[in-house]
Amino acid sequence: MRTLLELDRVAARYGPVQALRDVSLTVREGEVVAVLGANGAGKTTTLRAISGTVSRTGVIELEGKTFKGGPEAAARTGIAHVPEGRGTFVDLTVIENLKLGAYTRRDREVKADLSRVSDYFPWMLERGGQRAGTLSGGEQQMLALGRALMSRPRLLLLDEPSLGLAPMIVREFFRIVRDLNEREGLTVLVVEQEARIALAASHRAYVLEVGRVALAGTSEELRGNESVRRSYLGY
Amino acid sequence: MLAAEFADFMQQVVSGLASGGIYALLALALVIIHRSTGVINFAQGEMATLSAYIAWTLIVNHGWRYWPAFVATLVISFLGGVAIHRLVIRPVEGGNVLRIVIVTIGLLVAVNGFVVWEWGGQPQQLTSPFGTSTYELGGVVIAAHDIGTIAVGVVIVFLLWLLFRFTKVGLALRAAAVNPVEARLVGIRVTWMLALGWGLAATLGAVAGMLTAPTVGLDPQMMQAVLIYAFAAAVLGGIDSPIGAVVGGLLVGVLLTMLSYSSRYGAFDWFTEELRLPAALLVILVVLLVRPQGIFGKPEVKRV
Repeated sequence: MRTLLELDRVAARYGPVQALRDVSLTVREGEVVAVLGANGAGKTTTLRAISGTVSRTGVIELEGKTFKGGPEAAARTGIAHVPEGRGTFVDLTVIENLKLGAYTRRDREVKADLSRVSDYFPWMLERGGQRAGTLSGGEQQMLALGRALMSRPRLLLLDEPSLGLAPMIVREFFRIVRDLNEREGLTVLVVEQEARIALAASHRAYVLEVGRVALAGTSEELRGNESVRRSYLGY
Repeated sequence: MLAAEFADFMQQVVSGLASGGIYALLALALVIIHRSTGVINFAQGEMATLSAYIAWTLIVNHGWRYWPAFVATLVISFLGGVAIHRLVIRPVEGGNVLRIVIVTIGLLVAVNGFVVWEWGGQPQQLTSPFGTSTYELGGVVIAAHDIGTIAVGVVIVFLLWLLFRFTKVGLALRAAAVNPVEARLVGIRVTWMLALGWGLAATLGAVAGMLTAPTVGLDPQMMQAVLIYAFAAAVLGGIDSPIGAVVGGLLVGVLLTMLSYSSRYGAFDWFTEELRLPAALLVILVVLLVRPQGIFGKPEVKRV
């Protein structure tokens, strides 16, 4: 498998706070990669560094090319970042949210993709005129995913999709992500505190501790790892 | 007698709607900028005055016909609005919004100073493209300029609605206004959207300025009162609500005209023209105390 994304000694700070110290990781095309870690370990910042939402040092390469831009440029190169807390436009309608996902596209297949997205989320077109803010938390998370798909991303970044959602919804969400990965080869980098479900849904995983990669391996290996079990799986 | 009074009343309504339409346009300009940047552009009125002078120069000094000059002024004002955002506002964006507010106050003074320096303080005459004739409709006598003003206002608001509702750039403008962080994540160049907002606001102001000049006379101070009425309109309708700006503008226009009108019939007979501005300020004050979000605004929810 080709390498899609490569982070080499990436660091980032918010003012005086060093959120990322030294993160190197690789995501290959067609993989689902999870990033685990406690609060403040740097998971969200890792995604923000990739999409250019925070300024960073170190090297980020997308398909072998150095990527330096901000979030607008990231969106244009095919990185779809679903931020923590869903990131839907609550004042806009469901359809408008989906259309914004395709904002950077110039082709004429946006309409076709709307129906492709509705294959996964049949309710979205039916309730297209509804304001996104009136959706439930789970529906908003699905809408954020649908919007990301509308950009035809090469790489999907998911930030804590489980946050504030009922376990059943979380399972449904990850089932769809897995489905997209298997059926369409969608590459996903997902940051998650819910280690159990993230390890179940991913091929490989990294564990961050205070802004560094502490552990890496296949999700299978990490599930069996003693310290992962004790710190993140809780048994 | 009653019919005559009714005709007189309707005349006042129409004239109130015409001036209200102008307040609505300027209020819309204020709303567009407030929605996207959270600040009130105190220079909005002076920018409109400048636009009206540009139109006057094209018509009087360069012999342009009215409508080509009108359109050219819109284009110049749009580009000017974009330029003001890029050159003056953008450098102070980020951080405390008070900085931008102070810059817009500085802009008010600077633009006013420029207008006086360039064109002098003497009032000029910008003639109405609709002429000075009047129409009579069932006893109601209506000035052509009032009808024209209302018509232009309706067309502009309709075009603006089409832009925001049905175009990709309109959707991007709304997205950038309500949620700039997410907007950048979907690839919208938010700073350009803000500049575009300033351009649109300047264009709306230009229309308001060009429609105001024929009735009150073109002079450097002509939009200062109108800006206060537009404030009242925007606050009344809801400072983030475009529909609120339109409804608020019309309400303020009709209300002020009605106050002057009823004083002729003994009610509010103390109300004279000089009290129009204080009345507008009273509207602002009452709305802020009773319903701060305005008629169409949503109450502000503080997220923890």
